[in-house]
Amino acid sequence: MFEAVAFYLFAFLTITMFYITVTTSQALYALSTLAAGMIFISAFFFILGADFLGAVQIIVYTGAVMALYAFGMMFFDTTREVKEKNGNKYIVVGLSAIAAVMVVAIFSAPIISTNMQAFYPMVEGAGNTQQVGMVLFTKYLIPFEVAAIMLLVAMVAGIVLAGKKMDLSLTLMNAEEIQAIEDEKNKKVLS
Amino acid sequence: MEIGLNHYLVLSTILFCIGLIGVMRRKNLLLLFFATEILLNAVNVGFAAISHYYGDLTGQMFAFFVIAIAASELAVGLGLLIVWHKRHGTIDLDTMTSMRG
Amino acid sequence: MEKYLYIALFAPLVSSLFAALFTATPKKQFVGIIASLLIFTAFVSSAILLTHILGTGEIVHVELMTWMQTGNLYIPFGFVVDQVSVTMMMVVTLVSTIVHIYSIGYMDHDSGFNRFFSYLSAFVFSMMILVMSDNFAGLFIGWEGVGLCSWLLIGFWFHKESATWAANEAFIMNRIADLGMLIGIFLIYWNTGTLQYDGAFAAFANLDHATLTWIGIFLFIGAMGKSAQFPLHTWLADAMEGPTPVSALIHAATMVTAGVYLVVRSHELYALIPNVGLFIASLGAFVAIFAATMALVNRDIKRVIAYSTLSQLGYMFAAAGLGAYWVALFHLMAHAFFKALLFLGGGNVMHAMNNELDPFKMGALGKTMKGTMIMMTLASVALAGIFPLAGFFSKDLILEVAFVDHHFIIYTVLLFTAGLTAFYSFRIIALIFHGEDRHTALGHHPHEAYKFMLVAMSPLLILAIIAGFTMKMPYFEMVTELLPATEYHIHSHTTYWIMTIGTQVFVLLAIFFAYKKYMCRSVKVPDGTSKMENSFAYKLLINQYYIPYFYEEYIVKAYRELSVVCWEQIDKKVVDASVDGIANIFYNTGKNTRHMQSGNLSTMLKWMVAGTVALLSLAVVFGLAARYSGEITTILSGLGV
Repeated sequence: MFEAVAFYLFAFLTITMFYITVTTSQALYALSTLAAGMIFISAFFFILGADFLGAVQIIVYTGAVMALYAFGMMFFDTTREVKEKNGNKYIVVGLSAIAAVMVVAIFSAPIISTNMQAFYPMVEGAGNTQQVGMVLFTKYLIPFEVAAIMLLVAMVAGIVLAGKKMDLSLTLMNAEEIQAIEDEKNKKVLS
Repeated sequence: MEIGLNHYLVLSTILFCIGLIGVMRRKNLLLLFFATEILLNAVNVGFAAISHYYGDLTGQMFAFFVIAIAASELAVGLGLLIVWHKRHGTIDLDTMTSMRG
Repeated sequence: MEKYLYIALFAPLVSSLFAALFTATPKKQFVGIIASLLIFTAFVSSAILLTHILGTGEIVHVELMTWMQTGNLYIPFGFVVDQVSVTMMMVVTLVSTIVHIYSIGYMDHDSGFNRFFSYLSAFVFSMMILVMSDNFAGLFIGWEGVGLCSWLLIGFWFHKESATWAANEAFIMNRIADLGMLIGIFLIYWNTGTLQYDGAFAAFANLDHATLTWIGIFLFIGAMGKSAQFPLHTWLADAMEGPTPVSALIHAATMVTAGVYLVVRSHELYALIPNVGLFIASLGAFVAIFAATMALVNRDIKRVIAYSTLSQLGYMFAAAGLGAYWVALFHLMAHAFFKALLFLGGGNVMHAMNNELDPFKMGALGKTMKGTMIMMTLASVALAGIFPLAGFFSKDLILEVAFVDHHFIIYTVLLFTAGLTAFYSFRIIALIFHGEDRHTALGHHPHEAYKFMLVAMSPLLILAIIAGFTMKMPYFEMVTELLPATEYHIHSHTTYWIMTIGTQVFVLLAIFFAYKKYMCRSVKVPDGTSKMENSFAYKLLINQYYIPYFYEEYIVKAYRELSVVCWEQIDKKVVDASVDGIANIFYNTGKNTRHMQSGNLSTMLKWMVAGTVALLSLAVVFGLAARYSGEITTILSGLGV
C-alpha cells in the first residue's frame, strides 16, 4: 500500500516537473524543474531497491549536471527570449507517443513472453551497494574502465572547448587577422 | 493495489514521450539538452524496474553507464555550446543552418 | 610425354599474352620473332609427341584439372593426344610456325604488327584446344575461340568498312551453325550423360537410330558453319578481307578444316548412321563442284583460292561421309600444305602489286618473282593432283573411294571438279606469271618478297611435293589404330589404271587449256563488253549464283525490318520506358524530399524521430510475424495461398 502511494505520488510529481521543463519559456524554471524531476526519479530507484543507483542519480544529476547547467547558463543571455514557433503540435505529440509506446513494447516483449533469464541474479543477504560492486568489478570491469576513460576525455574536451580563443577559427580568418593575433601574443610575451 | 512492472514501463513511456516532445519543439539549444536528459532518465527508470522485477543486476549496470554517458555528453555538449555562443552570439536552433542541402 | 603436351598447348598462349603486352606500342621486331619461336616450340613438342605415338602407339591422355562438376555433370580440362589429334597438331603447329615467320615480313609496314601476332597466337592456342580436348565441351570452347580469333583477324584492318562487315558476317554465320552444334552437344549429354568422347561413343551403341540421326545432323550443322559448306559458305570468300597470312592459316589450312576434324573425331557416331553420312558426302560433292564453278570466273586471286579451299573441303566431306575417315584426314593434311603455300604465294604477289588482286591486271610477273612463281606453280600442280605430288595421292584416293563404294554420281561430280580445279588454278597462274605484261601500264613496279619469307615457305613446298608418296603408308598405319582401316582397292587392275591415267590426262588437258586460253596475247583487262561476260552463265557465276544477293534481299532485310520493329516498339516503348521510369522514380523522390534537408536542426530532429518510429514499427511487425509465424501460415493456407 505504501509502495503504491509512493509510486503514484512520485509519478505524478516527475511527470509534472518534466512537463514544465519542456513547455516553459523561462530557462530558469526549466532548470529548476529538471533538477526536481531528477531527484524524484531517484525516489523510484529507492522504491525499486536500487539504493546505490538512487544515490548516484542524486549526486551526478543534481550535484554535477545541474551545477554545470547552471554555470553554463551564466554564459548565455537566458533572459532573451528564444522565439519558439512550432508547426503542428499534434505531429510532435503523436510522433513522440508512438515512438515511446513502441520502445516500451519492444523492450518488454521478451519479458512478457518469459524468455528472459537473470544473468547476474541478486545475491541473497547482501546489500544493494555490495551486489552492485560485485557485478560491476567482475563482469563489467572493462566497460567500467572504458567509461572512466570516456569521462576523462569528456572532461578534457569540455575544458578545451570552453577555454580561451576557441571561438576563433584560424581556417576562417585571412592572413592579416592571424598576423594581428600573433603580434598580440608576442607583445604580451615581450611586456 | 500492487505496483507491477507494467506500471513502471508505462511511467517510463510517458517520460520518454515528454522528452521527445521537448526534443522536437525546443528551439533553445540549452533547453534541448534538458530534454535529452529527460529521455535518458526515462530509459533509466525502465532499466531499474526490469532489474528489480527480474532479480537481475544487468539493468542497473546499464543505468550506471547511461548516467556516465549522460555526464560526458553534457560536458562536451556544453563546451560546444559555449563555443557556438561565443562565435555567433545565439543559441537558437533555427540559426544553425550551415548544413542546408 | 605430358610435359610436351603442355608445352604444345600453352606455348601459343604464352606467345599471345606476350605479344598482347606490346599491343599499344609501335612495331617491335622481336615480338614477331619471339612469337614465332614459341610457336616453333609448340611444333617441336608436337613432333616429339608424334614420334612417341609412332614409336609406342601409346595415347597420351591428361586431365589438367576439373573444370565443372555439378550433379552428374563432370567436365575436366582433359586433353588427349592420339593418332588423329596429333595429325591435326602437326598440321596446325607447322603451318602456324611458317605463317608466323612469314608474317614478320608480310606485316612489316603495318602499325598493328604486335597486335597481329597476339591474335595469331591466340588463334593457335584455340585451335590446339579444339583438336586436343578429350570432350565435346572443350572442343566447343576451342571452336568458339577460333571463331573469335577469326573475327578479330578478318576485321584486323577494322578501319576498312568491308573488313568489319566481312568479320561480322563470318562471326554471325558461325554463330548460326554453332547453335546447331550446341544443340547436338546438349543432345549427347541428355542421352548419354557424359561429354567425354570415350564415354559418349561407348553409349551411342545403345541409343535408338532417330536420336543418333538428330545428334549427327546437329553436329554436322556446326561443322558446316566452320567449314563453310553450302548454304553457310558465303563468309569464306568474304573473309579474304583479312591479311593474307590469316587467310593462309585460318581460312585454308586449319580453322575451316575443324568441321572435317569434328566429323572424323565423331566417326563412331557417323558409322552408326550411314544415311547422314551419305548426305554429308553428297553435300560435299555438291559444294566441291559448286565452289569450283564460282572459282572459274572470279577476278580476285584470294577469292579464287578461297573457293578452291571450299571445293577441297567438299572433297574432304565427301570422303568422310563415305566412311573413309583416314582419307579425309589425309587430304586435310596434304591440302593444308599446298593451300597454305598457295595463299602465301598469293600474299607475295599482292605485296608486289600494292594490294592489287585482279590477275587480269598483272601478267608476266614470273620475270621478277621467280621464287614465288615456282612455289605457286608447284602448289597448283599439287592441288590439281598431278603425280607424284601430294594432291595426287590424297585426291585420287577420294575418287577411288567414291568409285569403290559404287557412288558413281559422286564420283563423276568429283572427277569433273578435279578438271575444273586444274583449270582455275592454272588460269590464275597463267594470268599472274605468264602472258603479256599488263601491270606496268597501270603503274605497278613489282618486286620479289623478302628472302626469309620464301625460305619460310619452303618447308610447305617440300611437303606439298613429297607428302603424298612418302607419308601415305606410315600415316595410314598410324591413324588406322584409331580410325576404321578400310583399304580402298579397285579389284580390277585394268580399271584402276584406266581411271588413274584417265584422271591424269583429263587434268593435264584442263591445265593445257587454261594455259592456252590465258597466256595468249589477246588477254585484256575485262571491261564488261566481251560476249562471254554478257552470257547468262558468266553472270550467274560472277555473282556467286546470286546467293549473297538472295541472303541480303530476303534474310538480312527481313531481319532488319524485324529489328527495327523490335527497337521501336519493344525496346523504346517497353524496355527504355521501364528503365527510365525506375530512374525517374529515384530522381523525383530525391527532388521531392530535398526539402527535408533544410539544414534546420529542429526539422531534422523531427525527421529523425519519424525515422525512428518507422524503424521501430518494422521491428514490431517482424517481431509479431516471427512470433505468430505458425498462425499466419495456417491462415494463409486457409485462404488458399
